[in-house]
Amino acid sequence: VTPRPGDVGAPGDDRPARLAVVRCPDWAVLAAGANPSQPVAVLHANRVLAASLAARTDGVVLGQRRRDAQRCCPSLVVLDRDLARDARAFEPVLHALQSLTPLLEVTGDGVCTFATRGPARYHGGDQALAARATALVRAALDTVAPGASAIVAAPGVGIADGRFAAGLAARAASRQGFGPVVVPPGGSAAFLAPLGVATLGLPDRPDLLALVDLLARLGLRTLAQVAALPAADVVARFGPAGRLAHRLARGLDDRSAASRLPPPDLVEQAEFEPPLVDAGPVAFTAKRLADHLHEALGGLGLACTQVVVRVETEHGERNERAWRHEAAFHAGAVAERVRWQLEGWARGPGAPTGRIVLLRLTPAEVVADTGRQLGFWGGHTQADDRALRSLARLAGLLGPDAVAVPEWRGGRDPGATVVTVPATTADLETRAVLPTPGSGPWPGRLPAPSPATVLTERTAVQVLDAAGQVVGVSGRGAVSDDPAWLVGPGGPRAVVAWAGPWPVEERWWDPPARRRRARFQLLTDTGSAVLAVIEAGSWWVEGVYD
Amino acid sequence: MEQAALRPAGRRGDVEALARAASLSRPVTLAREHLVPTSPALAPLLPEGALRRGSLVTVRGSAATSLALAVASGPSAAGSWVGVVGLPSLGLLAAAEAGVALERLLLVASPEPSSWSTVVATLLDGVDVVLAGSPRSLRPADARRLQARARDRGAVLVVVGAADTLEADVVLTATAVAWEGLGQGSGHLQARRVAVEATGRRASARPRRADLWLPDSAGGATVVEPEADIVVLRGAS
Repeated sequence: VTPRPGDVGAPGDDRPARLAVVRCPDWAVLAAGANPSQPVAVLHANRVLAASLAARTDGVVLGQRRRDAQRCCPSLVVLDRDLARDARAFEPVLHALQSLTPLLEVTGDGVCTFATRGPARYHGGDQALAARATALVRAALDTVAPGASAIVAAPGVGIADGRFAAGLAARAASRQGFGPVVVPPGGSAAFLAPLGVATLGLPDRPDLLALVDLLARLGLRTLAQVAALPAADVVARFGPAGRLAHRLARGLDDRSAASRLPPPDLVEQAEFEPPLVDAGPVAFTAKRLADHLHEALGGLGLACTQVVVRVETEHGERNERAWRHEAAFHAGAVAERVRWQLEGWARGPGAPTGRIVLLRLTPAEVVADTGRQLGFWGGHTQADDRALRSLARLAGLLGPDAVAVPEWRGGRDPGATVVTVPATTADLETRAVLPTPGSGPWPGRLPAPSPATVLTERTAVQVLDAAGQVVGVSGRGAVSDDPAWLVGPGGPRAVVAWAGPWPVEERWWDPPARRRRARFQLLTDTGSAVLAVIEAGSWWVEGVYD
Repeated sequence: MEQAALRPAGRRGDVEALARAASLSRPVTLAREHLVPTSPALAPLLPEGALRRGSLVTVRGSAATSLALAVASGPSAAGSWVGVVGLPSLGLLAAAEAGVALERLLLVASPEPSSWSTVVATLLDGVDVVLAGSPRSLRPADARRLQARARDRGAVLVVVGAADTLEADVVLTATAVAWEGLGQGSGHLQARRVAVEATGRRASARPRRADLWLPDSAGGATVVEPEADIVVLRGAS
């Protein structure tokens, strides 16, 4: 049986496991091989994900847009996120920490976690273990990037009960810059109490961001205030997200011990005969194993949040890592991590001498499959990967703004409801599904069907009544006479049926931005229907129902 | 080179052996794997009830844009991506109503005429359906290369308007017959009855006709029931 970081004593014990978190801040910058004199930032979806110290001194902050970051720091070197590069470069750090504990869990970009129970006893207490880990990581960072301490903030080591508290302790250690932060056993709740609610959304919990915002607006500013609420009331008011936030604020793990599921006895493994030299065929086999595993877990109604990957060579060398993903792994992601692990191992300090004979995948932590992994557009598929690759090629070919994706804005006009934004500014991998048409409070919206053609430029027309006068709409929304003729670029057309006016008065409280207009649907004798708009006495065609 | 996989032995073993035997004895690809999921409304117009992968479809007529959206809606709802090239005035709200998943839509508004074929070729690599505006001055060699690319990738290229030098496999011509729901200063456009004719090459050579509600009152496409002369419209809102 593989040891798990989640191991706790007696069943029913709700105490979280004691964990150490090692956190290398702005890891993506370090992994990209920046040098100390250059300000560097790594961006994803047009937002700064990591920035070097030089860039931060110039005012670059995380979450900033590319343009703002470049305005702060004109000499900024902008790099794209590359998770494979980050994972490969992390191997020396993991190799160094392996002298403390056999099984390390890669939790995120430049973050790893391990259970302290055994190692702390061996090294003479948490304090000594944390000091030893700090020294090892600092030494390892210098092999990754010489002068690492001048490029990014110092790495932090935190030990506490529970994943959330340990992660925040590591952040605190990295911020203060000297020595680790060790929270005494049972002291997680007290450690968390004075911290702000915004920390709930920090460690890979984007699902809690909306709740964090709401809590802050309700006047709950610290975790102590959240923890003081009665649990039942929190669940009643905020649902599952509230329950999670409440547990985290009290220093507990995200799931209670009683509701934690034992991992099923499923192991997927492949033995290679003859042994393999290349990472390529192994990764290919990993994809097949991951598919099997995913299918078997799916049959049990489970999804995997932590998977242990073990690789052995013919010389008896082995490399074992746990990989964690809060939002459950899909098969492709597991195969991807096997590839990162193999590449990191092959290039890292403890590179294997023999060929690979064994690959084993073990699900170490599972959750009931609530469809969370479907957040990726109903399951991240190969089709998505292919589409994103061709998107990247098009952006390279035509420029970053040439390819657009739709974004829901909501509005009363067909052209304003869905707008397009450059694809490079949208986070296509985690983009939420657009609201269904018909939702949202937009009184005065035109009913479906909408015009299939929405003209990008106003086409001026004249709408005349039977006497040849321009049709007008009064301030009370009354039409002067029935429209009889639509005079457009193609000549006059008789109007055979019409409906309207549907008046819209927007921003009447703001004189410069105020707009008053009325929409009509006109059907001409050629059978074509248009959406015509009159504003300040002039008519134009907004859309064509073709 | 075959790696011996150690799988937990058990009752599943027999089932797996059967599945393996079945996979060895069946044809390499089944005919239906050559088809893309297509909106049921278009089934009467296509010889196999669905579009073939790698085919080139031209839509024209007075309801061409709505018809192109109806063609794209089937694959898009089934999880495919849709690329749009050179149709800057495509109504995205109408696309959503037609059943095109907006989160799987990539738009290249108006590429230079010289890069049209490059853009379409790149999109054909990555998405299953490409809606394209009419190409201008496409060289015959480029046209052949594009069609070969679409066949190779199993993608469907839908050209709205004249196909120029491209050779369409299926030509869908939509003629608007009548709009329903609009009165003299009352009601609103609710549904349009459209006569669609499909012609083309090879299997599609025999012309087929169908009457569709395009769009229907929800913005999608449905076949007009032959016996129902009276259409039930939604209450006036």
